[in-house]
Amino acid sequence: MIRGRIFLWGLVALTAGLFGLFAYQLSQPKDEFIQSTMIGKPIPPFDLPPSVPERPGLASGDLADGQPKLLNVFASWCVPCIAEAPNLARLEAAGANIVGIAIRDRSQDTEFFLRQNGNPFSRIGRDDISAVQLSIGSSGVPETFVIDGQGIIRYQHIGDIRDSDVALLLEKLKEAGA
Amino acid sequence: MIAELGLAALWLATALAGLQLLGGVLGQRESGADLAALVRPAAVMQALLCAFAFGTLVLLFARTDLSVALVAQNSHSEKPLIFKIAGPWGNHEGSMLLWITVMSLAGGLIALVERRLPEKTLLATLAAQAFVGLGFYAFLLVSSNPFERLDPAPAQGLGLNPLLQDIGLAMHPPTLYCGYVGLSVAFSFAVGALLTRQVTPDFARVIRPWVLGAWIFLTLGITAGSYWAYYELGWGGWWFWDPTENASLMPWLAATALLHSVSVLAARDALRTWTILLGVVAFSMSMVGTFLVRSGVVTSVHAFAVDPQRGTFILVLLTIYIGGALVLFATRAGTIAEGERFTVMSREGALVINNVALSALLGIVLLGTLYPLLTEAFGVKVSVGPPYFNPVGAVFLMPMLAVLAVGPLLRWRRDSFARIRLPVLAAFAVGLAVLLGMWLIAGMALLPLLGMAMAAVVGIGSVLPLLGRSLRRLPLATLGMVVAHFGVAVALFGMAADSAFSIEKLVAARQGDTTEVGPWRVTLASVEPVAGPNWTALEARLSASYRGGAPSEIKPQARSFWAPPQQTSESALLTRWNGQLYTVIGGEADGDRWQLRLWWKPFVTWIWYGGALIALGGLLALIGRLRTDLKRRTVRARVAARRMEAAA
Repeated sequence: MIRGRIFLWGLVALTAGLFGLFAYQLSQPKDEFIQSTMIGKPIPPFDLPPSVPERPGLASGDLADGQPKLLNVFASWCVPCIAEAPNLARLEAAGANIVGIAIRDRSQDTEFFLRQNGNPFSRIGRDDISAVQLSIGSSGVPETFVIDGQGIIRYQHIGDIRDSDVALLLEKLKEAGA
Repeated sequence: MIAELGLAALWLATALAGLQLLGGVLGQRESGADLAALVRPAAVMQALLCAFAFGTLVLLFARTDLSVALVAQNSHSEKPLIFKIAGPWGNHEGSMLLWITVMSLAGGLIALVERRLPEKTLLATLAAQAFVGLGFYAFLLVSSNPFERLDPAPAQGLGLNPLLQDIGLAMHPPTLYCGYVGLSVAFSFAVGALLTRQVTPDFARVIRPWVLGAWIFLTLGITAGSYWAYYELGWGGWWFWDPTENASLMPWLAATALLHSVSVLAARDALRTWTILLGVVAFSMSMVGTFLVRSGVVTSVHAFAVDPQRGTFILVLLTIYIGGALVLFATRAGTIAEGERFTVMSREGALVINNVALSALLGIVLLGTLYPLLTEAFGVKVSVGPPYFNPVGAVFLMPMLAVLAVGPLLRWRRDSFARIRLPVLAAFAVGLAVLLGMWLIAGMALLPLLGMAMAAVVGIGSVLPLLGRSLRRLPLATLGMVVAHFGVAVALFGMAADSAFSIEKLVAARQGDTTEVGPWRVTLASVEPVAGPNWTALEARLSASYRGGAPSEIKPQARSFWAPPQQTSESALLTRWNGQLYTVIGGEADGDRWQLRLWWKPFVTWIWYGGALIALGGLLALIGRLRTDLKRRTVRARVAARRMEAAA
């Protein structure tokens, strides 16, 4: 009988704990985006083949050549990538060096996409199994990273680049040493 | 004017719930007899008023009265009438009104017909029902008034989420709600029985039809919901272990356990405390589920009405009801006399194992659903999916199913294995043969293989109770059990077959291209634009032939709704007895080619046939129980009448 009592009050305590957890989580602001844990860390080594013939591929060494860069994760099958294309062009015109990683894409599709929406990239690597995408802590397309001259990830922008984000990204690029 | 009438009815119903609570509590003493007499009429009136209020909301939606905020936010004048009528429960306020309506209807029905329990227990039960109801009335009236006006009225409504504009939706939430709310009745009866210390076989007989009814609705709701997600979301899967799905599965597991333990209490007067606890837990799970889905505290792919403020309100209600009931239970459980004894090798023993396994499954699902919430409190984000649920669930499911095959053959109180050795060993031998055969021929993965073998064991075991019995004299309740258990086997077979033998093809096809998927040859004939009442679509005309037979045409669509603007993919299915061809059209791929996604899913439909069989079994048992109860009632009345005559 004593054991039964302990079990019952244990149940009450467990429920109380559970509701406490609910209450705590309700009071916390919900962030919808998952930030990369790689911020402030050097980019992991990789070497991606070129995605289209007119641009070279992308290796981690290219990102540590002393010049800060924007790393854009995109795909031809991604609709927000079309939406952000004009803003990538504006960033390029403002002097940003942009490199791209095409995620799970075929060369002819990427080429068609670049013909339609412009090509702001100096290098485009081809990541067929999202290996590099996952290793830098990106959970979707499009995402844009600010990498400083030493190849360290300084900032992550999740989702398409809106008009209002252009100035912010240029600012972050400047902070990284441009 | 109509909206104001509905609101007034709701306020009146709230007042009556207050009266019902007061009468139920004060009526426990002799001095409160006057108030006690008001409890039953109050419950009935409350049900009528609530039904009226809900009726007015349906009318407002049917007429698209845009001066009502809820209608303006969730409807549109160009929407088909059937979806206008289903509109009230496609949103938070309306579905809460539906909840309280069903709950008050249940309360009214109890007040009208239930005469078997001691009057005080019934009063306590109706008071508990009113107490729970009051919380939800307050919730509706304070923070989610469905009748709120919008001034000035907009020219057009915002429309309903297109994913929800489907006939599956029209029926799915009301079905689940009937289930959840039916469990609230079991909860109220459990509280009433605890308060008045009346945990008797009579109590079990009274709540059994309610538990059975709620369980049937839950089974149907989950089955229909699973099929809806399968064809509407266009992902080809039928269960995603999503928090919203788990929210409906947990009450079902608890209700299934309760259903079986109630039977033990009714037949053998054993498992008293356990049954009461399950009565509390089952409804608690319904409320926790509602909380998880509505508050947005866990992230779900299909949470359609999320609001943290409301979450806080529901959490307060949860704390009062679940916390209160558990504390009451913990203090009173010691006063419930121990029930009858039994040995492990008996029908009761098997049912206890079933209960333990179901509770363990419930714990596993609850843990998996809440685990991300727990780790997030420590700053770690995780998501829990099939790699956890499937194997861990199977560890408890498999022994439970083995017991399911044997249990119904055992006698009550005590039995020996020797008596049933032959049929049981035969069933398990067949299971073993299936296991080895499938492994050698098809080389299936472990889980589907176990599922397939266990489906065979359960399939045979479930019909064994019919051996040597005359079908005509078989009680309907027993037939119901056989049908439901057989349904489990059918569903399990469908799940195992689908997960082991599904074939998926993703192609970019030109007009005239033919793709082979399993035994099917699918040709893309053309892609045409089509238009519906509130959408336009690209429709693929596919001709599919099974093993070179005559081709049939199917037309999957990629639909664009314009109110609100959103894309959905309407899958098209070809159903045969042995499976389904599932087709989805995606976007255009470089000009003249189209993305097509094709699946051949052998026996996948058996999952839902099984679910339907389980519900049918429940229905048969319910009819059987109600008929017996009615017979008992007339016999009792006749005996009483004869006594009166004798006395006169």
